[in-house]
Amino acid sequence: MAPSNEAKSKLYSQTLLAGLWRENPVFRLLLGMCPTLAVTAAVKPAFTMGCCVIFVLLCSNIIVSLMRNLLKPHLRILMFTLTIATFVTIADLFLKAFLPQMSETLGPYVPLIIVNCIIICRAEACASKNPVFVSIIDAIGMGVGFTLTLCVLAAVRELLATGKIFEIHLMPEAFVPWAAMSMPVGAFITLGLLLGLVNLVTGKRA
Amino acid sequence: MDTLSVLLMGFISVVLVNNLVLTKFLGICPYLGVSGRIDMAFGMGLAVTFVVTLSGTLTWMIDHWILMALGLEVTRYVCFILVIAGAVQLVEMYVRRFFPSLYDSFGIFLPLITTNCAILGLCLFLNLWGIDSLLDAVVRSFGAGIGFTMAICIMAGIRENLDMADVPECLRGAPITLITAGLLSMAFMGFSGMIR
Repeated sequence: MAPSNEAKSKLYSQTLLAGLWRENPVFRLLLGMCPTLAVTAAVKPAFTMGCCVIFVLLCSNIIVSLMRNLLKPHLRILMFTLTIATFVTIADLFLKAFLPQMSETLGPYVPLIIVNCIIICRAEACASKNPVFVSIIDAIGMGVGFTLTLCVLAAVRELLATGKIFEIHLMPEAFVPWAAMSMPVGAFITLGLLLGLVNLVTGKRA
Repeated sequence: MDTLSVLLMGFISVVLVNNLVLTKFLGICPYLGVSGRIDMAFGMGLAVTFVVTLSGTLTWMIDHWILMALGLEVTRYVCFILVIAGAVQLVEMYVRRFFPSLYDSFGIFLPLITTNCAILGLCLFLNLWGIDSLLDAVVRSFGAGIGFTMAICIMAGIRENLDMADVPECLRGAPITLITAGLLSMAFMGFSGMIR
């Protein structure tokens, strides 16, 4: 029996919201940690990175979902990876052509989207089992959730490291920039504390 | 003698100064996942060392002798990931055949080495640093593996002791591991500037 329209739209909105909070890729699933830590020294690169991930995730989810019935089980991971690598190449060339400075800042972390666990995880867990439309929604939800998380983390770090976000001074004059926040140390510790905060909030609610 | 010192510098640089885990954030997933027990961490480190040396060397050769010669740099990422997937498959078959008990304890993590950022990351960094001799590439790939093994073993040692510590409820597990990694990376910052 085909699900009614109401049930369908409920499924869609649930899929969309899952990526934003309940199954937030970074905070809840602990996926895609490398870019999360590496590109969040400032908000701008973090946002660009998030957009690249949304693009790649969307395209690879669509393609994987379209070919889900043709896949041989033992070759599927290889096919996923090749699909993802192709789209990452496109994104990388695009950045190099139109945002050369940003491409330089992000460096090897753009090609490293290939091995970002979020994308493979969504291809395996969602796109290879669901029709195209659900996969698209899932990709958008997960991608936006990822981007938001990156931006939050980057905002905290940039604020503490330089006292400003997007070139706007937010801290009082007396604030001493906290340079360690823009270094690896700041990345690890901020993410650790944010995860602890999320655990605290969700733990109270449960 | 001169080449020897260059190689040695490259090795130390990639093990300590540019440690992939603690300064480049590569390979965090297995770093958080497998660092619970020191023997497993060591096994994982060895597997990664082997794969990274093999694939670093192979991708350097493919990159310089085939892709650059033919002007096919666009396909670089696709080629790299294929080589890595192949190398991991090889290691998996080898470990399953000769060390079945190790194979069982690795479980899902062995095939996951394919998506270990440290490996693809190193292949890309070799390209970025402009390494132009094969020997240098081999030494640096091996050094990256050793650096990963060292970082993950230090972490496993700390976490074994952390089990007995009184950590606040909400920080248990991944958060405290990340904070510990932050402190470790602060220690490793001391090496920066030693070599470029």
